[in-house]
Amino acid sequence: MRLRRSMLYVPGNAPAMLRDAHIYGPDSVMFDLEDSVSPREKDAARHLVFRALKDYDYAGVERVVRVNGLDTPYGLEDIQAVVAGGVDAVRLPKTDCPEDLLAVERAVEAAERRFGRPSGSVKLIAAIESARGILSAREIAACSPRLVAIAIGAEDFVTDLHTTRSPEGVELLAARSLLVMAARAAGIMAIDTVFTGVDDEEGFLREARLAKQLGFDGKSVIHPSQVALIRFVYEPSPEEIAKARRVVEAAADAEAKGSGVVSLDGKMIDKPIVERALRVLALAGEASE
Amino acid sequence: MSREGSKVYESLERALDAVGVESGMTVSFHHHFREGDLVVNMVVEALARRGVRDLTLAPSSLTSVHAPLVGRVKDGTIRSIRTSGLRGPLADAISAGLMDEPILVHSHGGRARAMDSGEVAVDVAFLGVPACDERGNANGTAGRSACGSLGYAMVDARNARKVVLLTEEIAPYPLGPASIRQDQVDAVVKVDSVGDPAGIGKGATRMTRDPRELLIASNAARAIEAVGVVRDGFSLQTGSGGASLAVVRFLREAMLRRGVKASFALGGITSQLVRLHEEGLVGALLDTQSFDLDAARSLAANPGHREIDAAYYASPGGKGCAVDALDVVVLSAMEVDLELNVNVITGSDGVIRGASGGHCDTAAGAALTVVVAPLLRGRLPTVMDRVTTVVTPGRSVDLLVTDRGMAVNPRRPELLEALTRAGLPVRDVAWLKRLAESYTGVPRPVEFDDRVVGLVEYRDGSVIDTIRRPKALAR
Repeated sequence: MRLRRSMLYVPGNAPAMLRDAHIYGPDSVMFDLEDSVSPREKDAARHLVFRALKDYDYAGVERVVRVNGLDTPYGLEDIQAVVAGGVDAVRLPKTDCPEDLLAVERAVEAAERRFGRPSGSVKLIAAIESARGILSAREIAACSPRLVAIAIGAEDFVTDLHTTRSPEGVELLAARSLLVMAARAAGIMAIDTVFTGVDDEEGFLREARLAKQLGFDGKSVIHPSQVALIRFVYEPSPEEIAKARRVVEAAADAEAKGSGVVSLDGKMIDKPIVERALRVLALAGEASE
Repeated sequence: MSREGSKVYESLERALDAVGVESGMTVSFHHHFREGDLVVNMVVEALARRGVRDLTLAPSSLTSVHAPLVGRVKDGTIRSIRTSGLRGPLADAISAGLMDEPILVHSHGGRARAMDSGEVAVDVAFLGVPACDERGNANGTAGRSACGSLGYAMVDARNARKVVLLTEEIAPYPLGPASIRQDQVDAVVKVDSVGDPAGIGKGATRMTRDPRELLIASNAARAIEAVGVVRDGFSLQTGSGGASLAVVRFLREAMLRRGVKASFALGGITSQLVRLHEEGLVGALLDTQSFDLDAARSLAANPGHREIDAAYYASPGGKGCAVDALDVVVLSAMEVDLELNVNVITGSDGVIRGASGGHCDTAAGAALTVVVAPLLRGRLPTVMDRVTTVVTPGRSVDLLVTDRGMAVNPRRPELLEALTRAGLPVRDVAWLKRLAESYTGVPRPVEFDDRVVGLVEYRDGSVIDTIRRPKALAR
């Protein structure tokens, strides 16, 4: 089970950070060609990211690139370069409707053919950053078999909503919940927005705990120090791990005996409980079959 | 003299008349004012004005503020230098062949050994102090330029033939506690300033926020915990440098988690260590050098915070020293090689820009020596076939921790086993080198000519390496 607790943003025009981002232990690194790169540096950043994907060993950490939208002069070239470079997943910003994503899917498909990569090998992640997008989240989440996660981008979203971000995040509550439900309905992951206060550890933890409680699988982060905090938030307690182990063992026993009913300590264990236990073990870093 | 028993001279000139400095003598200084030191330049200028020549300068260390000495070497005032370290224009000029005699780089423990044994005989020690009384009792905790411990200067005070104190303040007699004592002191001179307070605490020890340094520090602390060092009564030292200082923060967390306390912390004392001491997590602070003003304050305020001299700290020549009682030391490195030899004195261009300090002393003494360094600095690997200059031999280094994994000295298989069991990223040092070179390529070696500009002494006085002139600096 691939985890996406933390997706660490790296500006695409920062060579040393492109080289080193994975050493902080994020589940994914996300090289950015969009908002953190000024128009005059778009070409250079694209080339740097291409070379990083080609040349560096990220030791199994998922490599995501946030490309510019196809409605910009850069989007198509971005997609071609990162697919050629061997990217694991392309993240599309400002996804308002399924058609936005389907256009990216077609471009990715074409690039896979052109650069000799197996069809379907490049995954997609859609960031939703508008009211229109949130209300289309269900359709977006279900529109492509390549889509592994949807994410919420809060800064643009609150602007679109004619409000601002508050520490409590009440303005984002409905959107976050809709996004998680859309992801779950489509069987994909939900990724929470960035927290920009790099020095505010308490504020970050508060927001990350809220996101986890709402059902998010992880969070985009903008600083290496936030990676460890996220892992801490998602880390199951020793008791949870012990219980999960027993549940999974009981399920394996039942399966070995050919029994359809799993029971533990005299109680029946439903399928969702087994699923949750497997997720706990995955978060604890224990491989589960 | 103002009255019977007073040693106060009205000016440095009069004090020099009294103690008598002649050409060819050895004069010594301390570096407790670090980047703020005004004493070395002031005294050397005064000696130059008097026409004194061919001096041997024996400071405990030099910094970039000592650039004016370049001119005093050129005009013949200074003939040779022995120091723990140097950087800036003086170091650049010496690397380029400024001096006829190679400089001698010693460790802090090695210097104390050489002075206490008489191997280095100091004719006059010029020791700057923030305050002393008229008979020469001095310490580093009072006054505007308080620098805390005078641990290095104490060795000079007891060994030099003549001792001159330069002070900012004459305090009422008797000033106590006396780090330097009246029975050691020949002359006292009041000067406007011995140090710039901004430079005294400079650079030292604010907790790093660099994520790479924090990552290295956190890995080092996990390794130290994994090999069983963090137990009740253990002892520790951390060298200068962001990552090594930051290890204290993570060890603190480990100590709280395990409910254990350290018996003592040694060496350069920082505000972080003071905090642990004041929280009751570290028993004694044994302080040869206070790295910041908070440490200087604590030395005056906390009875468990004790000033020790450099011989107590690290001399291999006496009947015992504190580094031998260390359970763990964490040290920085500019370069590390496949044999785990460490360079902390010359940069990747071969130019002198560092200090030996207590590096080889603590590495030799501590039960566990951990060296921390980023695998790459800019475009250059930190791990290589052979370091430019050996300061600390690899046989006394047990563990190298980088931001890309750690490597164990093959002499310590039990460490390897413990770290592997704990799931830490243990690699071969050759693997780390290959990884570094996969990013940078193999750097072209720096070329040197035959001119030896420096000798590096190991703590026992043997020459462990030579520093030659980089060809790029030869004219």
